[in-house]
Formats: sequence, structure tokens, C-alpha cells
Amino acid sequence: MRYQYESQRVAYPYFIVAILLFGLQVLFGLVIGAQYIWPDLLFPLIPFNIARMIHINLLVVWIIMGFMGCAFYLIPEEVEGEIYSVKLALVTLVLFVIGGVTAVGGYLFRIHDGREFLEQPFFIKVAIVIVVLLFIYNILMTMIKGRRRTTISVVFFGGFVGLAVFYLFAFYKPANMVVDKYYWWWVVHLWVEGVWELIMAAILSFLLIKLTGIDREVAEKWLYLIIGLTFITGVIGTGHHYYWIGTPAFWQTWGAYFSATEVLPFVAMVAFSFKMISKKTREHPNRAAVLWTGGAAVVSFLGAGVWGFMHTLPQVNYYTHGTQMTASHGHLAFFGAYVLIILAMISYAVPNLSNKTESIRSQKIEIFSFWTMVISMFSIALILTGAGIVQVTLQRVMGMPYMETQTYMKVFYGLRLAFGGIFLIGLLAFYYDFFTKAGRAR
Amino acid sequence: MTKTSVRNMFIGSTVVVSVVFAVLTILSHKSFPERTHPENLTAAVVHGKRVWEKHACIDCHTLLGEGAYYAPELANVIDRRGVDFVRTVLETDAKQGWGAVRRMPKFDLSAEDINGLIAFFQWMGNIDTNNWPPNKEG
Repeated sequence: MRYQYESQRVAYPYFIVAILLFGLQVLFGLVIGAQYIWPDLLFPLIPFNIARMIHINLLVVWIIMGFMGCAFYLIPEEVEGEIYSVKLALVTLVLFVIGGVTAVGGYLFRIHDGREFLEQPFFIKVAIVIVVLLFIYNILMTMIKGRRRTTISVVFFGGFVGLAVFYLFAFYKPANMVVDKYYWWWVVHLWVEGVWELIMAAILSFLLIKLTGIDREVAEKWLYLIIGLTFITGVIGTGHHYYWIGTPAFWQTWGAYFSATEVLPFVAMVAFSFKMISKKTREHPNRAAVLWTGGAAVVSFLGAGVWGFMHTLPQVNYYTHGTQMTASHGHLAFFGAYVLIILAMISYAVPNLSNKTESIRSQKIEIFSFWTMVISMFSIALILTGAGIVQVTLQRVMGMPYMETQTYMKVFYGLRLAFGGIFLIGLLAFYYDFFTKAGRAR
Repeated sequence: MTKTSVRNMFIGSTVVVSVVFAVLTILSHKSFPERTHPENLTAAVVHGKRVWEKHACIDCHTLLGEGAYYAPELANVIDRRGVDFVRTVLETDAKQGWGAVRRMPKFDLSAEDINGLIAFFQWMGNIDTNNWPPNKEG
């Protein structure tokens, strides 16, 4: 199916930049994975803290960029109208790239702030706010000028407004570290376990409508159900970060009950996807896109839902908090929920943007890429879970010093790095397909 | 159920959980004076926090379990190793590398920075964390 509005094509450069930054993120991930084994690697040129900062910041930057690309593709079809300003969309992209490159380049020269995920210096934070506001303005005007207002477009828009609003807490840096941490989670948790899920669920609904031909009314009902469950469980579920950081003990009760049910929106996403795919009224020629879409629902259920549940109860979290367990969950959750949904959208949109039916050969490469990435990331999660169990036993139960525990965990770090390398192969296959497809189209 | 009723449930429940969350936030703030002792936030502690952030310590270490998992927990480091040990590490950081396991970069720390970090760690060590970590190894 070809694209319907000329301005949708502006999604394409967003996708290119997003996946290139994704590659850079993976490379820095390999660097820090290797530094767990060879601490002298790149030392003191790029020490672990700098490489890790780049790894997690690129993650955020490219995912937001990917979300924007998704918006420029899906909003015109949703609201039945062209993007308000393609020029503004391109300006936003250029500003975003300049900001991102300046930030990451600055990190290499030790120009950074000091809170996880929010290491951007003040002026970069301001630039991010401006870029996001320009984007929101463009989407808002597109929606106002469009011929119809759909639930998907409204939910997507609401998710982005939430993203902007909660980012404002990044500017609040009180002297009291406990208060600092309290509101730091208002950015991090309320993003990834709150408003970002709105964006993800909106993209998922859009893709399922397009790929299976299901009735929009049904899809949008599911969408409200999913985001309802997200907020009911996820808002007070923030409490699962407030067990041990100086916040009151009542959070152990509130956090436990609510965060234990944070798996529900992901259960709903899996049920929604499978029901729609099994009831499909049309056989979409792009089977790879169906795989990425269903994969996003399933892997986010595993990573965010199951792996999150595993250590969300205070009785468990007392021992696992701040160990490799957390790293395990973080990797699979981010990958399943946000990486896969963006790659699903790219898989669906790019052939349409180049006016081609996705070739069988192209689909085979994508399917190879999907399974390579999913299996290696799942393996990384399992390996880090193993490392986490060893760490908890030695350090938290037996009271062994941290440094000593690390020598017992080396085998896990070695395996993790190996699967990181395999992950890169999956990504390179995705690149190969993405760029050769574009080459044939032009 | 119609789409409108699901939507109304979404809006209604979001309002309810947001109100509960706001109330719990206010209650949390009321507990902070007793749990965190803000009266002990001296200029040195505040400076120490700034040094902590300037060098992105959180991207290797954890602080109350949050951060990267590449290096030890530091919120209770004074309790674990004592002031003298921590001071020695900070003063000789250029030589630190923790054997063959980890490398800590050389940071340009003034005497004021070192005193600040120690005061900051001492302040962190006095926070009521509901008995976390399970033992002083962090």
C-alpha cells in the first residue's frame, strides 16, 4: 500500500537518523560490556561512566526520534490531512541532530551533568524542550487542520505532551538527594512506565489496523483499555522505586500492590495483538511487519511485564535492588517495548514510502534480523539474571564485598558480550535491508 | 462495553490514581525532615553533591542502589570502610584501579571537593532507608 499523503515522506529521514543512532548506542553498549571484562579497554580515553552515559542517552534520543518519525507517518493517515509544515519537521530534525551530537560529543570531553539519563548540560536540556515543543506544535496544527480526530492520534499526542511535561522535572535539582531522587523518577518512571506506553500502544493499534484490517472501533476500545491499565497500575506503581531511597515505608505497600499489576497492560497488548492477527480480514503482504508488531507486544510483555514483576515486590527487591537483576530487566523491557515497536513501524512504513510491495527477499532478511536481535537480547536478559542471582547470593545474602563478587560473575559478562556481538549482526542485517530497499526505490 | 464507556473509565481511573499519588507525595514530603535530616545539609554536603554530579559518579557506582552496577554502592561507604579509607581513596584516585577488576578514572579533586564528598557520603549514610541494604557491603 503506498503512502497517502506527500508529507508522510518526512518520516523517512527521521527513521534513518534514529536507526543510525541506534547502531551507535549498540556500539557503546559493546564497549561497556567489554569493559566489564577488560577494564583497561579505552581507558582513560573513554572510561566506563562516559561510555555508559552515551549508551543510555543515545537510547533516549533515538527512541524519541523514532517516535517522531512514527508520528509523521501515522498522523496524516489518522487525521486525513497533510503535515502542517514539512519544513518545520525538517528543521526540528536538524535541531535535534545538532543537539544530540553536541551533547554526546560534549560527554567525550567531560561536559555533562550528573544524573542518570539526565546528563545533558543545562543548555542542551533547554534545546530538547524547544525541539519537542516545535514537534508538538507541528502535530497539534496537523490535527487541527485534519479532517477527522481519531483516538489513536489523540492518545499519541497526549503521550507526547506527557513526555514534554514530565521532562520538566529534569530541571529540578534540589540539594536534598532524597527529594532529588523522588522527582528524578517522575521523569524516568513516568516516561517509560507511563506516557511512553501511550505512544507505544497508539503505534501498536495503528499497525494492527493497517496490517489486519480490523475494525477501528474495536482497536480503539482496546487502546483505551491498555492505556487505562497503564495509568491505573503505573502511576502509583512508581512506588516500587520508593522502597529504599529514604522515602516512607508505606510505599512498600502501595508500590507492591500497584506495580505487581503493571504486567496487565502488557497482557492486554499481547491479547489484543494475537486476537487481531488471528481474526484478520486481510492477508497483508508484509509478513515481516506483522512479526515485528506481534514481537513488540510479546517481548515487552516478557521484559517489562514478567521481568519487571520478578523483582517488584519489596520482599524480593530488598535483595535484588541495584544488582545485575535490574540491568537484565532494563535491557529486555526497553528493547521489547520501544525498540521493537519503532522497528515494526519502520518495517511497515518504509516499503510504502518507496511505493513498493515488500519483496520476499527483503522480508526474509528482516525476519532473520528480528530473530537474531530477539534471541540475543533475550539471552542477554537470561545471562544477566544469572549474574544477578550470583551477585544477590554472594553480596546481599553472604555479605561478600562487591569487588570480590565480580570475579565470580566474569563468565556471565563474557557470555553477555558474545550475545551483544550477535545482536549487532541482527542490526547489520536490518541496515542492509533498510538501505538496499531505499536504493531500489529511488 | 462501548468505546465511550472504556474511555470514561480511563479518564476516571487516571484522575483517581493521580489524586492518590499526589496525596502520597505530600505525605512523603512530610516525612523527609525526620528521614533525611535536611538540617544537616551543610555547605560541604551541598558541594559534595555537586562534585558527585560533576564527575558522573552515578554512571559507575550506585547510590542507594540506583546508578550503574560497575562499581560499589557508596551511600553507606563511610559505615563500611571508615572516613580514613575513603579519604585515602579520593586523595590517591589517580593510582586507583582496584586491581585487575575495575578502573576508576583520575578526577581532578581539590581538598574542598574531597571534604565535600566525604560530608555528602556521611549525610547519605544517615538517611532512613527502611534498613536497606541487607548488610553493609551494600
